[in-house]
Amino acid sequence: MTLIKTSFNRRSFLKSTTLASGGMLLGFSWLASCKGKTEAELMQMPKEWFDINGFLKIGDNGIVTIMSPNPEIGQNVKTAMPMIVAEELDIAWKDVIVEQAPLNTDIFQRQLAGGSQSIRAGWQSLRMAGATARHMLIAAAAEAWQVPANEITTSNGVLTHEASGKSANYGEMASAASLMEIPEEVELKDPKDFHIISTDRKNVDGLKIVTGKPLFGLDQKEEGMLTAMIIHPPAFGYTFKSLDAESAKAMPGIKDIFPIEVYPEGVEKQWSDGGGIAKLVAVVGESTWQCMQAKKEVKVTWEKPDMLESTATYEEALTKLLDTPAKMPARKDGDFEKAFKGAAKVIERTYSAPFLSHNTMEPMNFFANVTADKAILKGPIQTPEFLEKTLASVLNMPVEKIDIMMTRMGGGFGRRLYGHFGVEAAVISKKVQAPIKLVYTREDDMTQGTYRPAYKVRFKAGLDNDNNLIAWYVKGVGTNDDLIFENRFPAGAVPNYLAEKEMLQTQITTGAWRAPRSNFIAGAEQAFMDEVAEMAGKDPIDFRLELFEKAIAEPVGDPKTNDYDPERFAGVLKLVKEKSNWSQNNTNKARGVSAYYCHNSYVAQVLELTMDRNKPKVDKVWCAVDCGIVINPISARNQIEGGIIDGIGHATYSQMTFDDGAPQQKNFDSYHLIRHQEAPKEIETFFVDNGIDPTGLGEPSLPPVIGALANAMYKATGKRFYNQPFILEKEVVG
Amino acid sequence: MANYSLKINGKTQELEVDGSTPMLWVLRDHLNLVGTKYGCGIAQCGACTIHLDGNAVRSCQLPVSAVGEQEITTIEGLSENGDHPVQKAWLEEDVYQCGYCQAGQIMSASALLNRNPNPSDSEIEDAMNGNICRCGTYTRIKKAIKTAVASDNAS
Repeated sequence: MTLIKTSFNRRSFLKSTTLASGGMLLGFSWLASCKGKTEAELMQMPKEWFDINGFLKIGDNGIVTIMSPNPEIGQNVKTAMPMIVAEELDIAWKDVIVEQAPLNTDIFQRQLAGGSQSIRAGWQSLRMAGATARHMLIAAAAEAWQVPANEITTSNGVLTHEASGKSANYGEMASAASLMEIPEEVELKDPKDFHIISTDRKNVDGLKIVTGKPLFGLDQKEEGMLTAMIIHPPAFGYTFKSLDAESAKAMPGIKDIFPIEVYPEGVEKQWSDGGGIAKLVAVVGESTWQCMQAKKEVKVTWEKPDMLESTATYEEALTKLLDTPAKMPARKDGDFEKAFKGAAKVIERTYSAPFLSHNTMEPMNFFANVTADKAILKGPIQTPEFLEKTLASVLNMPVEKIDIMMTRMGGGFGRRLYGHFGVEAAVISKKVQAPIKLVYTREDDMTQGTYRPAYKVRFKAGLDNDNNLIAWYVKGVGTNDDLIFENRFPAGAVPNYLAEKEMLQTQITTGAWRAPRSNFIAGAEQAFMDEVAEMAGKDPIDFRLELFEKAIAEPVGDPKTNDYDPERFAGVLKLVKEKSNWSQNNTNKARGVSAYYCHNSYVAQVLELTMDRNKPKVDKVWCAVDCGIVINPISARNQIEGGIIDGIGHATYSQMTFDDGAPQQKNFDSYHLIRHQEAPKEIETFFVDNGIDPTGLGEPSLPPVIGALANAMYKATGKRFYNQPFILEKEVVG
Repeated sequence: MANYSLKINGKTQELEVDGSTPMLWVLRDHLNLVGTKYGCGIAQCGACTIHLDGNAVRSCQLPVSAVGEQEITTIEGLSENGDHPVQKAWLEEDVYQCGYCQAGQIMSASALLNRNPNPSDSEIEDAMNGNICRCGTYTRIKKAIKTAVASDNAS
């Protein structure tokens, strides 16, 4: 049992409204959630609800509604976050109803999906929300029964006082509990007493997903709602000049076509506005198909800039940047140049990766209803708080008058951090004075992207006569991004270490794409590490473990600056070595290994494949993960599996190219995403059980798998793979 | 604009719409059946998969004028209470991440099992290859299809 002060998050526990009697509160979202429930389900619904704190309310029959604060993009926080509240509340999971919270910065902190941080950042406040409510229920029972609170126990939503034989379910005490003092400090459970956390709990939206219920932004419908679409410039660098929409306006169902100023001069933009384009054309009509047809008829003239950028431009410029000495090192230990010159064996390799589109399966969209005194927005957004701030500036409206509701998202991967589409929807709604749903076509979505930057990285390494790694150099360059995490492994394990980074400003909009920077640097570094181990004549796992031993025993530099814990890092490698039976592999299949640390979690993988007509067929991936306490294992494994498939797919097949600023891949006929036949046959995941507070899971399995894949492909083909996507490489294709 | 009488999920639906309108948008915009998803509009991703007389088709490429007497089943009509063996298997395996593509995956999988009750691994991969899952739940989808096969064989 841990005692924890509730003070830092007390705003969450202040009841917004409570009636004198203990009160009944029926919120908007609660009424909405009744829709679509079966009669049997409604029969079990409480007659009264009592607000205990911002996170939860308890019904008079003991049913509990828990708000899931963060945006749901498929990382399954909508199940996991309420599990943590339910655990500390000590309620049976079957008695929990989960609802998506709207944006409410008074109650919730960090309502954002990004950086794999929802669980890590929410861990304490979610536990406190449940524990505080439990404390207040106990206090209410103590008062009602006139017994000391510390003699009352709870279990599965039932309060018991053993000595007097009294017991009551939470529902019976909910009214009184809602009037209790908010405690100054609360007791948290000992993790060994967890009965919900670390058990498999199915996705709370599962039944709705398999029966096709409206869940997503694109499914939203309101009375009087019109459909809107945008026309954006055909190439990056173009700007709006003029519009001829007369014939398109006459088409059936079309209400209006007009230019919109999404970000007028002087508007206060947030980082999350990303690549939002200042001036676009909007098409508004009765139905999606009618808008799609009208869009083709609209004639827009665009201003062309003096210079336009293409994929070849970046290739050349990034290489030049790589070859130019950096102005200053990002990190320097010892003397790399000297050690490299004096080394017994040296190696130098360069790796590259293209721009990538996010391609969430649900294209960008947003509902908006903006009137003179209110703005209601609803849709898929990873950064609702930042969207609200921009809207306040663009609409010239205080945030109190702006309501943002979050729908389940058909994927995020970072794309929905950049909520310009929400701003576009609001501006269109304001102009037509009607509720509208803005819908991007797939082509709009893919060609007005906020892409994963294109990258290049160069590594150099030197070994001494005893095949010890004595020199390591890394220089990373990228478009609008500088790629390198200078304090990550192998920093701290090599005596002479030099890291450099530079970025290239480009017209193409780039931003966070699942596991930013790590999604390229990990695979490149781990492929290079494989070549260095080979040059040293050592097993690639043993070679890495030796380096971790060095980082533990005699770390280079201040160990605090090294952004990893070498013991935990070595732990996942040892675990995957054991589980994959690495040392006794006697199959004739090719295997590769890789390990990486990002988003506060450690991942090591062994990948086994066969080559089939020059394409990798991944037979199995063994994956060891240290992310501390695993909240929901069935879903945690899903995240790991998804990251692995995502990494393999993009590294093998995907790229976005540009010609004179125009995206060359516009839909899934030309943009190759991994499909069923190309997916691994089997993935087995092993979690380290260490009771440490939970860390990220949505991203960490993606970056290393690209290295494991490249290393296994080398074993199978005898060729190294330096440039992504791998199967476009000449030696494979031709 | 023309009048159409469509057989959808066992009911007859009357509507007036332009004949070129794809069934995807007829379902979503006109009949409020939003379980069928828009993903690409060019029959490359499978999110819009429905059954036409029991066969899996991409509704984004099926003009309403071409439907005629053929019976349409959407995800909403696959079962009354979400208890089709494939839906049950999806729940059992907790397949989905974001969930957006899964209606299409389920419609493709159920059509596969209609014509081939005991598919091999490669038959599953072939039949499902037109359905993209951006979250990468492919291994679970395959497992769920096998779970559905096993439950059918058991009953």
